[in-house]
Amino acid sequence: MEYIIIVISAVLVNNIVLAQFLGVCPFMGVSNKVSTAVGMSGAVTFVMVLAAIVTYLIYTLILEKLGIVFMQTITYILIIASLVQMVEIVLKKISQPLYQALGIFLPLITTNCAVLGVAILVIKKEFNLIEGVVYSAATALGFGLALIILAGIREQLELADIPKGVKGAPVALIVAGILALAFMGFTGIV
Amino acid sequence: MAKTESTFKNMVLTLTLIAFVAATCLGFVYELTKKPIEMSALKKKLDAIKLVVPEFTNNPDEEVFRVATGEGDSLDVYPAKKDGVLTGYAVNTYTKSGFSGDIRIMAGFKPDGTINYITVLEHKETPGLGTKMDEPAFKNQFIGKNPSDFVLRVNKDGGPVDAITAATISSRAFCDAVQRAYNSLFASGQWDGNSGSTESTDPSDESKKEKNKE
Amino acid sequence: MNQLQNFTKGFFRENPLFVLVLGLCPALATTTSAINGLGMGIATTFVLLGSNTVVSLISKLIPDKVRIPSFIVIIASFVTIVDLLMNAYVPELYEKLGIFIPLIVVNCIVLGRAEAFASKNDLPTAFLDGLGMGLGFTMALGILGAFREIAGSGAIFNYKFINGDGILVFVLAPGAFIALGYLIAFINRIRKT
Repeated sequence: MEYIIIVISAVLVNNIVLAQFLGVCPFMGVSNKVSTAVGMSGAVTFVMVLAAIVTYLIYTLILEKLGIVFMQTITYILIIASLVQMVEIVLKKISQPLYQALGIFLPLITTNCAVLGVAILVIKKEFNLIEGVVYSAATALGFGLALIILAGIREQLELADIPKGVKGAPVALIVAGILALAFMGFTGIV
Repeated sequence: MAKTESTFKNMVLTLTLIAFVAATCLGFVYELTKKPIEMSALKKKLDAIKLVVPEFTNNPDEEVFRVATGEGDSLDVYPAKKDGVLTGYAVNTYTKSGFSGDIRIMAGFKPDGTINYITVLEHKETPGLGTKMDEPAFKNQFIGKNPSDFVLRVNKDGGPVDAITAATISSRAFCDAVQRAYNSLFASGQWDGNSGSTESTDPSDESKKEKNKE
Repeated sequence: MNQLQNFTKGFFRENPLFVLVLGLCPALATTTSAINGLGMGIATTFVLLGSNTVVSLISKLIPDKVRIPSFIVIIASFVTIVDLLMNAYVPELYEKLGIFIPLIVVNCIVLGRAEAFASKNDLPTAFLDGLGMGLGFTMALGILGAFREIAGSGAIFNYKFINGDGILVFVLAPGAFIALGYLIAFINRIRKT
């Protein structure tokens, strides 16, 4: 039951992009086409869960034990950066098709604040390891959901007649705002 | 100056050096800010206490004691005393029934259980709606009321508390937190038990006992 | 490009938020009021100044292949310093900005300036670039924050000039997206004429 609440809260109520503003850059950057949005969501899910596990272990086993939790930011970003590199190398070796699908998104993920954000939030919310994994997976799912919906809308918008000044980033932001408004309807269900 | 070559030795050396310098700097800044961070956290707590209880001359933070809520956890209680005489309690209480997440409240009581003042410490309620629970228009209706005869329930549930418009859940949660503080400290009988406890050598218990006899 | 232009480009022509559309996360999340927006902007400026200065000083000593990791360590150090200092001296603002202080480390503006500009330029140029970009970002956050505060709660710098409630949605998440969308559209309009 507890896990269900975590999932619903992370996917719908406190959607990482639309309510918490994490990962807005890739949300705007790769939402032009549904196919790229799907690829990005896959890559983010993979890295986010992995990063949450590794950073959790490092935090509890090393940083907390040594009493140097103020080094959190610097350790986390290094872990995430090297993790992304490693995933890229491993994927290239073991699964060519998967690498083809996710490869180009991986370098972008290092600077995706959603990944670092979730790693920090898992500690802030005082989750244990399993809750942390569930939370990060659900958050990634919420990220994917928002990204794919926005990509779907933007594909349709291509055909619409939009005033010149509003084209591009502004209209994407305004659509995202309306989407966020729709997601606000979920507040209070958990 | 020539650009350093990307040999293995150079790379390892550079990264180690940068990491070392960075860690040294951070350690230094950490030591430097450790005291101020502790002070500001303490100041925040004391400010909240100062707000909710009548005048005091002691340091409530040093005389803090815990009371069980009956739900498996406990609340921090800060007794406020003026020249050794108990003037009130500040209770750091919480509720899990907020609109979006937990709410932490510092509730101040006079020794007889009358609510003195209340301030919200932490919440994630909707800005502009639930946040109004920290505004006088809402919380002033609690001042001077004693939960023993003032039912902490909103109008909708048949109580005397005027809920915030469009934020009934936040209002209910607020009542719940105050009720939890009152129950834990006064209603469950722990208060008497606590002051009468023989193993306690805390001077705060002494004054409570006196107050109790009055 | 002379040094003056180098400094002023961050304000308008290459404004990180309004023109380059970078650093969206903190821009949307922390601008519920003008003060919060400015606070976030100043914290980012400090990190930008620090990282640009250090990167421009030592970039020649860093082998190419470990360039990015080195920059990340430098940036993360400055972020942690800002984090600790704010926690110590402006605890209220620190609490409001919360997780977005450590997240300056993944702000595309900071790494972008270090990699694309500071590593290729001398100290004064990199310093002015960092200052200009940082202040430009601060200004943008201030404008967005002020706009949302005025529309959302009828106040500016916590001074209420309209009795009663504003248009609540501007303080909430959806309003952030919509306000920024229209502000960028407005800037686009001015730039084209």
